[in-house]
Amino acid sequence: MNGALLSIQDVAVELPTPRGNLRAVDHVDLTLEAGRTLGVVGESGCGKTMLSRAILQLLPKKAKLTGRVMFDGRDLARLDPESLRELRGRDLAVVFQDPMTSLNPVLTIGTQLMETIQEHLELDAPAAKRRSIDLLTAVGIPAPEQRLAQYPHQCSGGMRQRIAIAIAMSCEPKLLIADEPTTALDVTIQAQILDLLAREQRRRHMAMILITHDLGVVAGRTDEVAVMYAGRVVERAPTPTLFKRMHMPYTEALLAAIPKLETAPHTPLPAISGRPPDPTRPLPGCAFAPRCRYAAGRCHQAKPDLSAAETAGHFYACFHPIQMAEDVGA
Amino acid sequence: MMQVAARNPSDEPLLKVDDLVVEYGLGNRTVHAVSGVSLEVARGETLGLVGESGCGKSTLGRAVLQLRRPKSGSVLFDGHDLTAMQGETLRRMRQRVQLIFQDPIASLNPRRRIGDIVAEPLIIAGVKDPEKRKQIVWEVLSAVGLDPDLVAGRLPHEFSGGQCQRICIARALVLNPEFIVCDEPVSALDVSIRAQILNLLEEMKTRFGLTLLFIAHDLAVVKAVSDRVAVMYLGRLCEVGPSEQLFAKPAHPYTALLLEAIPVPDPDVRPAESVATGEPPSPIAPPSGCRFRTRCPRADQRCSAEMPELRSVAPGQLVACHHPLI
Repeated sequence: MNGALLSIQDVAVELPTPRGNLRAVDHVDLTLEAGRTLGVVGESGCGKTMLSRAILQLLPKKAKLTGRVMFDGRDLARLDPESLRELRGRDLAVVFQDPMTSLNPVLTIGTQLMETIQEHLELDAPAAKRRSIDLLTAVGIPAPEQRLAQYPHQCSGGMRQRIAIAIAMSCEPKLLIADEPTTALDVTIQAQILDLLAREQRRRHMAMILITHDLGVVAGRTDEVAVMYAGRVVERAPTPTLFKRMHMPYTEALLAAIPKLETAPHTPLPAISGRPPDPTRPLPGCAFAPRCRYAAGRCHQAKPDLSAAETAGHFYACFHPIQMAEDVGA
Repeated sequence: MMQVAARNPSDEPLLKVDDLVVEYGLGNRTVHAVSGVSLEVARGETLGLVGESGCGKSTLGRAVLQLRRPKSGSVLFDGHDLTAMQGETLRRMRQRVQLIFQDPIASLNPRRRIGDIVAEPLIIAGVKDPEKRKQIVWEVLSAVGLDPDLVAGRLPHEFSGGQCQRICIARALVLNPEFIVCDEPVSALDVSIRAQILNLLEEMKTRFGLTLLFIAHDLAVVKAVSDRVAVMYLGRLCEVGPSEQLFAKPAHPYTALLLEAIPVPDPDVRPAESVATGEPPSPIAPPSGCRFRTRCPRADQRCSAEMPELRSVAPGQLVACHHPLI
């Protein structure tokens, strides 16, 4: 854990709601080294976005955060607002799902780019402008100089997301959090944006957390994947291991429920019955047990801990882990 | 009710769309949303319609139901031209054609109880006996996997997205329609719920003898339910063909591009560096000739001069391209 850039230790987030406290993130531990990519996968309400907000310290005001968020040797949860502001945008950058709402509609693209650059790097206006143009070129925006004078509504969704990425990269962050960066985009544009993120991540040796609901998005583009369910990380493994030797029934079920191109039309999909539990009424046992086809007595009474599997770096939280029949070479 | 009526088993397609043009005014400019689309859907068939946002697939679905009147072209449903119908005649015809929307929560009135929402089409259709209505509503709610005694008295906000979509499906089925346009019915749902709803649609299709136009942007989802697939780009059809064949051997470069761009949940499949350059042009000023030419790796002069027409390249497979891949 020593070399880790980011180390999330026992982080929990609780949100007060009229129906009682909602545990959005339930004691999560994660580490990420510089230059590596971590995928966080889960369905809506699983806590993946709240986890990213906890890292960025952008939680709703009423939320209660416990645990430690160690980033580059400092605990972000205990950092004063001034130091946090310095860190965010410079070392810690984020790209959100909807580029229309993350860009300011009444400021030009140039203003928004240069604002970040001048805030964090000691550059004068002409130098900041030159850097902005370079950044827009790097993210594949044609005629960058003209774009600087335009407003977000004059750009397409894909263009806006490229601009949001350019802003995120503008100060060479050490960690980029991409929260569903392509969910609002079309499939051909999604491929372009994912390629762009991967290329810039390698080139700048950034660490990246890619948050998505789509297992397909993390498969080819991450080093490690954490699967979340009902606020907890239920399985974590190097990407190839997760797909080939998963132990958590939820991971298996999620993967099986995706329609595949190879499957013949009208083949019934192996759906997961039921739906995720109500987060304001935590279950005593494993949160997936009511939907799990392997669940037995103990699963309904006690929460399984995240325990180590035989492969290094592989952890799962299940009393009845599945063993993949074929043993794929180590 | 609900017995699958012995429907006219003729060879005539149930739906026949011919050279349909739909345009929207935008100030003094025109959005060419659908530009001369022709297609047929046979009885009992599911035709998948795929394309990216803004390609006109939803507009096409709405124009079929006359929710957006086309500028020209015809929509023959069971031999009747819907574009020529108005008022009461159209309303009666619409009982045979229904629509399911993308956002199940937004398409249910938040202030009405589920039982009333599902019964509404029956009232409009003139089923006067409340007992009869209740019986039908109870039957469809059970059919879509909900317990009528538990759900009928509740309000939409008490249900999850997946359950709301079940309610929308029940509402679409309550008049025992023959044809349903499903406009992105699962794209607002989570993966685990998506599979449930797709299975339900398939089950309902068999049980009620439905014909479906299934509109979606996700090719794998479309393939899971469709007998044939039509690919749309910027208001025009690129390619139409039997699902298996079209996915195995796409003839149009755009279909191939879409297939390539899908992220595969398998770490051994390296994502191909996206060959797709650029973005779809604006439907306000679509390119001359082939509308895909500005992004097509095979485009040449002929593509900008001459608009390709749909022509047969394999049995059942039609493509609109001067340089098809097969």
